This record gives sequence, structure tokens and C-alpha cells, in this order.
Amino acid sequence: MASPLLSIRDLRTYFYTESGVAKAVDGVSFDIGAGETVGIVGESGCGKSVTALSILRLIQPPGRIEAGSRIDFEGKDLVTLPDEEMRNIRGNRISMIFQEPMSALNPVFTVGDQVAEVARIHAGIGRKKSWELAVETLALTGIPAPEERAKQYPHQLSGGMRQRVLIAMALIMKPALIIADEPTTALDVTIQAQILDLLVHLQKEFGTSILMITHDLGVIAETTSRVIVMYAGEIVEEASVTELFARPHHPYTEGLMHSMPHIGHDQERLNVIPGTVPSPTNWPHGCRFRERCPYSWDLPEREHPPLYDVGAGHTSRCHLAREPQRRNHPHEPLVVQEGVGAA
Amino acid sequence: MSATARGGNGTAPLVSVRNLKKEFPIKKGVFSRQVGAVKAVNDVSFHVARGETLGVVGESGCGKTTTGRTILRLLEPTSGEIYFEDRDVRALGTRDLRALRRDMQIIFQDPVSSLNPRMTVGAIVREGLTIHKLAEGAAADARVSQLLQEVGLRPEYATRYPHEFSGGQRQRIGIARALSVEPKFIVCDEPVSALDVSVQAQVINLLEDLQREHNLTYMFIAHDLSVVEHIADRVAVMYLGKIVQLATADDLYREPLMPYTQALLSAVPVADPKSRKERIILSGDVPSPASPPPGCVFHPRCHHPAKDVACTKIVPPLEEKTPGHFVHCIKQPPTTVSWEQQKEVGGVHPPERYLPLAAVHA
Ligand SMILES: Nc1ncnc2c1ncn2[C@@H]1O[C@H](COP(=O)(O)OP(=O)(O)OP(=O)(O)O)[C@@H](O)[C@H]1O
Ligand SMILES: Nc1ncnc2c1ncn2[C@@H]1O[C@H](COP(=O)(O)OP(=O)(O)O)[C@@H](O)[C@H]1O
Ligand code: SF4
Ligand code: SF4
Ligand SMILES: [Mg+2]
Ligand SMILES: [Mg+2]
Repeated sequence: MASPLLSIRDLRTYFYTESGVAKAVDGVSFDIGAGETVGIVGESGCGKSVTALSILRLIQPPGRIEAGSRIDFEGKDLVTLPDEEMRNIRGNRISMIFQEPMSALNPVFTVGDQVAEVARIHAGIGRKKSWELAVETLALTGIPAPEERAKQYPHQLSGGMRQRVLIAMALIMKPALIIADEPTTALDVTIQAQILDLLVHLQKEFGTSILMITHDLGVIAETTSRVIVMYAGEIVEEASVTELFARPHHPYTEGLMHSMPHIGHDQERLNVIPGTVPSPTNWPHGCRFRERCPYSWDLPEREHPPLYDVGAGHTSRCHLAREPQRRNHPHEPLVVQEGVGAA
Repeated sequence: MSATARGGNGTAPLVSVRNLKKEFPIKKGVFSRQVGAVKAVNDVSFHVARGETLGVVGESGCGKTTTGRTILRLLEPTSGEIYFEDRDVRALGTRDLRALRRDMQIIFQDPVSSLNPRMTVGAIVREGLTIHKLAEGAAADARVSQLLQEVGLRPEYATRYPHEFSGGQRQRIGIARALSVEPKFIVCDEPVSALDVSVQAQVINLLEDLQREHNLTYMFIAHDLSVVEHIADRVAVMYLGKIVQLATADDLYREPLMPYTQALLSAVPVADPKSRKERIILSGDVPSPASPPPGCVFHPRCHHPAKDVACTKIVPPLEEKTPGHFVHCIKQPPTTVSWEQQKEVGGVHPPERYLPLAAVHA
């Protein structure tokens, strides 16, 4: 395989809070190839957004990226890159689309201005040229009457249209990588379908790599080619999208898949993953999923599982890879009542 | 009484709503002159039978919350009738309204902002007991413990504050508060929308268990169709302040006759990379409820092949297409708006059955 566009090794991002060290991202390694769409899925608080913000070096104190973490992108280590050079990468070679389009836009400037500004900063082109480029890019995102829309302010646009503006801002410099952090979570399902359609289309057209962060396995299945499942600051499973859905290995992945209601396949009672994500200042020792897991035995309690190779480019952080017969003996997980007093 | 207002199994419905309208004035200028109105709920009729769950779905702003809050008279309706058992909800005075609030409760979407951060969990759950004089002193303490256990929380949590809990746990606190007054009817306004799927499943199972144990009736508002299919007996689909389809959950998913419902179902991403369905992608956004389109509210975005100018002139009645299955569409046969009438206003495509199941089901 040609060298990947982005290669993350042992990324650790910790927050030094009053109640202890929150190990939000705790030893994460993965690659994104050129033109590839990789998904990250997991419950709230598993470290998805902190991973994304770390790539862009947008972590604010008391948080920091720990020494020894590496983020290689186009031949540079982003962890140690001088601020000046990092600013040049952000919005230019790597851009980000956030969940809440309203808070990512400035209410006092027209949307055209805000899209054009990205090009003025990074391409050093003048007002007129950057405005033309902005209108052109807005048109690419499917905004009707882009010349008129460009002159409007964020509050005059619907949520779906604001998300298109953010996509235009992310796209205008033709970056190598777009990080989309829950880009459709705040949108209605019909608008979500429009936006996902657009992202998939743009990805094909420009060969941009996409890191798609979501908690929705449906979005993962429809947009990505490879999937990373995060739990408690770690990657617990990684596989191609078809492999993951055909043969989920990690009990957490299995739990996520089973707890979703599926249209047209209704069951009497929904399966649940008992309990909640533990606190990042105090991840459980051994296997971090142990207390919620229906298969746990003494080994997961003693030993933190490594990422086992389970074949076909598929890895899983679960000792079942070593003792597969344990899967035949599920039992009630330790967490009988929801209650590990959450953050 | 119209067919939509009839109770299930011939019994009188617990809640019935007829021609309900709620408008919010749009004001402008220094004198706050009214320049228009948001038609948040625009002439809806339905009933909820005892013990059933009526699901309400639709995109944000279509009037789901306003419908729920108006039934509880947390908002004053502009016009229409609301009956709870045999009580005319709109005619109730302050005292009777308080009694009604014991029978009808609401659970909110946002578990964070709906709980007073300065009150302990115990005080939050206890409040209803005090207001309705249901228990005091040690008896109230015991009841609070029992309620917390019932929703899967430890009784010790009574002394803690809401910020110490996760989203799912806060939603359980909201459920315990609603249950405390032993209501008959609960409006659940997007109770799981802010939760992760795993925790969402826990809360849905809890609501179903409680319904069975206490013979509760639910109006369950959601924008997630898979959640509604799972929990609801019947489903009302809303669009721009109107109910555009009302059917049993089975019928709605098997035979979504309303083109809008087809598009909604089609848009749901499928968690199976091998089944990429063809998709009906609606163009544009929902129009403003301050100036809803004339005729059928869905016509600017409708993909029904027989859509024509008649759809822009005639307001489709919510009519019964098959027994118990109501649809707001003059192009899905059978229709009481005859082809002659449609032609009179310029219609060119006679009604024809349209059900693109390949784009709807995974
Ligand atoms: N500034 C901060 N200070 C302290 N802890 C933080 C900070 N930012 C994030 N964390 C913690 O790090 C963990 C991971 O957070 P992150 O935002 O990455 O979660 P996520 O997986 O994106 O969740 P969601 O699905 O809710 O967006 C959480 O436990 C969070 O509370
Ligand atoms: N207090 C209010 N004042 C003015 N408009 C309102 C108010 N509450 C709701 N609306 C409007 O009424 C419509 C329906 O809102 P709502 O019932 O909250 O929708 P839903 O719950 O389906 O998302 C929306 O257009 C909304 O903006
Ligand atoms: S290692 Fe053991 S406890 Fe952890 S996920 Fe696997 S089976 Fe469950
Ligand atoms: S009445 Fe006309 S516009 Fe409305 S849903 Fe039916 S076909 Fe579409
Ligand atoms: Mg996040
Ligand atoms: Mg609402």
C-alpha cells in the first residue's frame, strides 16, 4: 500500500482537570489513505471529537497532546509543527465541518464573505476573485441561487443551507482531508439525506479523504469504506465497512448494532448495553468494557486486551480472539443498575 | 363524530382532539403590531385510545411539541376542541386544571434544562406529591425511594443534584417525576432524541415496562421513525402543522400512502452496507409555517407522478383510504375529491396509486 495521507500513532490527549487527569484519547493509532472515507463511531464521551480536534491541533489547556504521540500528514508531524505552519494546514490542507452550523458561523458577516475569507487567507487572492470563487463553491454544494444567497447572513438560512455553507468553507481550498464531526446530527432526516449525498458526491468528484465522525451506524454504513469503533478513549475495533457489519467481533460493536431499532424489522424488546461510558479520569483497569460486557471472565479483569488481529484486515481489542468459546456463555453484565455516577 | 375521533375497540378514547389550531402572532415594529401568524398547528383531529401509544413524527418545526403542549394546556389553543375522558379541557378553570395536570404529564426532550439544577433529585420527584397532596413526611420519602427504584436509579441518589448524572439518568429522573402523581396520560416529547442508541434502548424499554405496569397511555413524539415504529401502536405523521397520515404502525411502514411519509422513510440511513436502497431525496426545505403553501401543504416538494395544479388548489381532506388508515392526498385512490372536481380546477393527472416500495424499504 502506498504511504497513507494521514498516519496517527499512539495519540494520547489528556485533560488535566481538578477532578483528575481525563485520558480522553488514550493510545489511538490509525491511517487514512488518499481518497478514502474512514468512519469513527462510538457513544458520547468515547473520544471521537477530541481525536478530531487533536489532528487539527485545536486542543486548549488544560488539555494537551502527550509527548510520544505522532500525527504524520503529507510528510510532516503535526504534533510538533510550529504554530505558523499549522495555521497554514488548517482550513487549507485539512478542514473541518462541525455539528452545529450556527455556532460555527459569524452572525455579522454574510455567508459569501465567510466562505471567501478562507480563500483570501490561504490562497492570498483579492476580494473580487475570492468572492467569485466563494459563489462557485456555494454552487457546488447545491445551494440554489448562490449569487443571492452569498449576500445573506447566517440567520437568514435554514439549518441545511447553513451546513452547505460550512461544507463550502471546508471545500474551497480543495483540501486533502475533510474531518466531518457529526455533520448531520442536528439536521432532520430528509436534510441529512441531502447532505450525506452531497458529501459522497464531492468525495468522488475531488478524491478528498473524509474522516466521518458519527454515533449513527446507518450513516457509517452509507458513507464510509472503513470503520473505527472507539470506546473509552481507545480504538476497540477496526475493519472494512462490509466486514464490520457482517462479522462484528467486539462485544461493544455487537451491542451498538443490537440496540438500534431497525425499520421493518421490529423486535418485541430492544437489546441494551447496560450502564454508561465510565469517566475518563478513571477508566476501569483490564478491559475497559468489562463491566458492561456479557462475556467477561477473569482474563479481561486481569489483563488489558491488545488489538488482536482477527483476519481480513480486521482488528478487535477483545480477549475473545484468544478464547472464542467464551462467546457461547453470555451472562448478566456486572452493571445491573445504571449507576456508575456519571461525569 | 368523525372516524379519526373514534376510540379503539369501540371504547371511548382517553384523549380526543378536534380541529385544533394554534397560531403564534408575528409582531413587528415599536407598537408590536401583528403582521402575521405562524400556523404551528393547523386544524388537526385525532384521538388516543386508553392504553395505546400514539406516535407523532415529522421534521423539526412541524408542530409536534405545540400539539402536545396545547393538549396539556401548557399553551392556550387558538381554536378547536380537546377532551380528556369526559372533561372539556378548554373549559376548565384553575382548580380543575390542576386536577387535570395530575392525570396528564409531560416528559421533555432535553433532560438537562428540564430539571431545576438547584433542587436535589429527591426534591424534584417529591414536588408533585406535595402539590397534589398525595403524601408527606416519611410516606413521601418512601414513595420517592420507590419511584427512583422503579425507573432504575438507586434510592441514595435522592440527595444528589441533576448535574451529577448522565443524560440517560437525567431522563429517568424526569420519568420518575412524571410518574409520581400517578398520571393516566403522558406526552413524551422526544424523550430519547438526545441519548446514545445504547442508552436510548434502555429508556425505551423502561417506558414500555411502565406502560404495562401502570396501564399508561402515551403520546410519543419523535423525529426518529425507527424508534416510533418500535414503540407506537398508531402513528401520526405531521407536516407544516397538519397531520398528513394517520395509521397503525404496521400499515404506515407497510403501505406508506402519503408521499411525504415515503420520503421520510426513504431518507433513513440503513445500517447495512450491502443494502443501499434507491432514495427519494426531497429537494429544498420545509416552507415557513407563517405562509404555508395553498392546497396540499406538501405540493412544492411532492414526487407523486400524478401531482398537478389541482394539488395547489384543493386542500386534501385527511381521508380513510383503507380501514383505519388516513391519508392527506387527493392523488392516492380512493379519494372523495372526485376526478371531475380536480379537473375543474385544472387537474390533468387522474389519481393513481403510487407506492415506490424499493425506495422506502431497505
Ligand atoms: N476540555 C475538556 N476538559 C476536560 N475533559 C474533556 C474536555 N474535552 C473533552 N473532555 C472529555 O474527554 C472525553 C471525550 O470527549 P469527546 O468530546 O471526544 O467525546 P465524543 O466521543 O466526541 O462524544 P460526543 O458523541 O458526545 O460528541 C469525554 O469524557 C469528555 O468529557
Ligand atoms: N412560543 C412560540 N412563539 C412563536 N412561534 C413558535 C413558538 N413555539 C413554536 N413556534 C413555531 O411553531 C412551529 C411549530 O413548532 P413546534 O411545535 O415546536 O415544532 P416541533 O416540535 O414539531 O419541532 C415552528 O415554526 C415554531 O418555530
Ligand atoms: S475482553 Fe472480555 S470483557 Fe472485554 S470486551 Fe472482550 S469479552 Fe468483554
Ligand atoms: S395531494 Fe398532490 S401534492 Fe399533496 S401529497 Fe398528494 S400528490 Fe402530492
Ligand atoms: Mg463529539
Ligand atoms: Mg419539538
